[in-house]
Amino acid sequence: MSARVLVGVKRVIDYAVKIRVKPDNTGVVTDGVKHSMNPFCEIAVEEAVKLKEKKLIKEVVAVSCGPQQAQETIRTALAMGADRGIHVEVSGKDYDNLGPLQVSKILAALAKKEETSLIILGKQAIDDDCNQTGQMTAALLDWPQGTFASEVVLEGDKVKVIREIDGGLETVRLKMPAVITADLRLNTPRYATLPNIMKAKKKKIDVVKPGELGVDLTSHLEVLRVDEPPQRQAGMKVETVEELISRLKEAGRM
Amino acid sequence: LYATADSRCHAKCGPTVHGSKSTALRLLCVPQESKSFAVNMFKGQINTSQVFPFPSVLNEEQSQFLQELVGPVSKFFIEVNDPMKNDALEKVEDSTMEGLKELGAFGLQVPTDLGGLGLTNTQYARLVEIVGMYDLGVGITLGAHQSIGFKGILLFGTRAQKEKYLPKLASGEDVAAFCLTEPASGSDAASIKTTAVLSPCGKYYTLNGGKIWISNGGLAEIFTVFAKTSVKDEKTGEMKDKITAFIVERSFGGVTSGPPEKKMGIKASNTAEVHFDNVRVPVECVLGEVGGGFKVAMNILNNGRFGMAAALAGTMKGVIAKAVDHAVNRTQFGSKIHNYGVIQEKMARMAMLHYVTESMAYMVSGNMDSGASDFQIEAAISKIFASEASWSVTDECIQIMGGMGFMKEAGAERVMRDLRIFRIFEGTNDILRLFVALNGFQNAGNQLKNLQKALKNPLGNAGLLTGEIGKRARRRVGLGSGLSLQGTVHPEVAHSGDLTVKAIEEFGATIEEMLLKHGKKIIDEQFVLKRVADSAIDLYAMVVVLSRASRSLAQGLPSAQHEKLLCETWCIEAYGRIMADMKSLRSSSSKQLFKNLRAISSALVDNGGVVSPHPLGF
Repeated sequence: MSARVLVGVKRVIDYAVKIRVKPDNTGVVTDGVKHSMNPFCEIAVEEAVKLKEKKLIKEVVAVSCGPQQAQETIRTALAMGADRGIHVEVSGKDYDNLGPLQVSKILAALAKKEETSLIILGKQAIDDDCNQTGQMTAALLDWPQGTFASEVVLEGDKVKVIREIDGGLETVRLKMPAVITADLRLNTPRYATLPNIMKAKKKKIDVVKPGELGVDLTSHLEVLRVDEPPQRQAGMKVETVEELISRLKEAGRM
Repeated sequence: LYATADSRCHAKCGPTVHGSKSTALRLLCVPQESKSFAVNMFKGQINTSQVFPFPSVLNEEQSQFLQELVGPVSKFFIEVNDPMKNDALEKVEDSTMEGLKELGAFGLQVPTDLGGLGLTNTQYARLVEIVGMYDLGVGITLGAHQSIGFKGILLFGTRAQKEKYLPKLASGEDVAAFCLTEPASGSDAASIKTTAVLSPCGKYYTLNGGKIWISNGGLAEIFTVFAKTSVKDEKTGEMKDKITAFIVERSFGGVTSGPPEKKMGIKASNTAEVHFDNVRVPVECVLGEVGGGFKVAMNILNNGRFGMAAALAGTMKGVIAKAVDHAVNRTQFGSKIHNYGVIQEKMARMAMLHYVTESMAYMVSGNMDSGASDFQIEAAISKIFASEASWSVTDECIQIMGGMGFMKEAGAERVMRDLRIFRIFEGTNDILRLFVALNGFQNAGNQLKNLQKALKNPLGNAGLLTGEIGKRARRRVGLGSGLSLQGTVHPEVAHSGDLTVKAIEEFGATIEEMLLKHGKKIIDEQFVLKRVADSAIDLYAMVVVLSRASRSLAQGLPSAQHEKLLCETWCIEAYGRIMADMKSLRSSSSKQLFKNLRAISSALVDNGGVVSPHPLGF
């Protein structure tokens, strides 16, 4: 199989970190804060590497958009088994304004350039929770999409995707090239072993600028303000059902 | 004039003070111009080359690579390893062992071309710190395997031996163990009785004997075994019994191991007896030179010591976090308990002990990575300090937590039990103190010896003599020796630097006085040696935190002011201790004190226990 898989990996604030809003309310504190690969991206990488281990695809390319530190995230993907990486260099203001639309334009351009059969992304990032990049990328490329995947099976030139939906599970069959986004139960990502991290040092990471891909990063969205969620209010104890009803009426909830 | 070979008191490798002389002296002999800070401080001199500035030995690539390793290793210990389970089972869970092997944790310092990660000492220390933070039982399993178990092959192995054994050891397919201790030979390692007799055809040795308390003894396939072999003395031609180190494979046949010992702590680590019954060991398995096994053993242990300080720094960090968390959340008498002075003092002391240990660990590993060959005193000091500091810190953590600290669930009591052995194995702290003191005396004595020679030819050595006379004259009048750390330490910690210099001067003067007073007999004056060692440890600690804090101040780190506080507070108290100890050593009252202590001990021995009869008369 000569198939090449592109996997998007995003560098986000580590899930265990307590998020703090910046004093000027323009965003959250990122300086000196622990970052790691978005958990859904880890699942995407794992799926791609598994396909390669089954010899169903030939090459896994890990892509990340961002400043220099994005390379750390790519290296983690390489340590998990990706073959090479592409770092799309975006920094400063451009990076602050980088959202799903811009990233999907970049991924679409790369997919065409790299002759990709399959793009696997995490379903959403845990920092912005957008859940849009996979869908937009498919639309820009006019490729079929299988989002919220909990199972992926390659069948010749098609891919069967079992999707997690509100009503249960939906099975779709997509003609490749296609876009898949990974959901939680797709797999359990492997631990990067130290020898693999060492081997990953020798794998190549190409650096590319969005301009070279013909992508315009202008954003039509502006973040006005970031606030912490409101403090949780204390609850009230009631003795009887009658009291409950009267309190609810008082609060205008009934 | 100076101490003899007995100065090589190393728990596992050296005899007690009353052991044999000769060879080890050569082995431990320090070059005339030693760069070691500790060696020089015994002479009342300051050599800063190994201590200032604080070593930064990782290049960008090594540092970046190391950072990438820290995450996965921590993740493994947080998510996969279960220290409570390991402790309860009294073994490392099978799935965890497999996971550790896959992770690559068994061959951290094996060269990459032989299947390992090729980490430098500093990189190794950083990872071992993580293990120490989460599970010391696993730490010992890994350490017994690579820090001492097969370290001999790394340090002394031939290319053929390395290629044969290291790949499987790196992957963890084979586990290694270090076999020195015997029932009658613990600290007095030179007295071991296991024998290896060369066959008439000269192709193999026959190994017979038994070793006890061998970590990984029940798991290992590859053993580094120390045995007595008959060697011809080059000069006299007579046959002598000398120790030789061997690589012994369990598959050679005749190697058996006993059941796992039941221990107070590090229960997850396998400790067992290993017996060798007419084991045939090919001559190709001799490690290092025939008859050179003592040097092999000593170097292995010396080489691995920094790892212990690093691991224990990690342990302390973890335990301090628990204590702080409790102090911040626990309310008693209307306030969070961290507001109370008693708790504040405990936490401050814990922080200082951690800071010193961490600084020592990375100072020593940094020196080793820079190619220093002269670090044995510092390594010994770091082991003594780390093992005692971590015991004290964990003890205070439990105290801060109160009853909760005593409960299994909190996780602190297991750490306490795990820590106890660290003051005993790999060189008991008592023996290592003697080692530090005697090594120091030996080097100081060499210097005095040179002085004595110079005195026989004063005109030819005028420079040296006037220098020494001047120094003594100034000392007698109470003026400083002219030594200074100004310009070396950061100006903000200059005062601590001055205290350190004064302490070194006092220390050096006391050493000289002790030597002149006792001469060769100093080796028997263990009461003196212990106190000298305590001060040496305090002094090295002062210098290490001065160096670390200076670097942080120079780099303008956000924590620099806090580190300055740690440094200054430590130095004030250490200075007090050193001055008091040195004063008491030079006073006549110490002689009486030692006499009393000796007499009390004697009486206990005569009586088989407590001597004074019960106050009730029965």
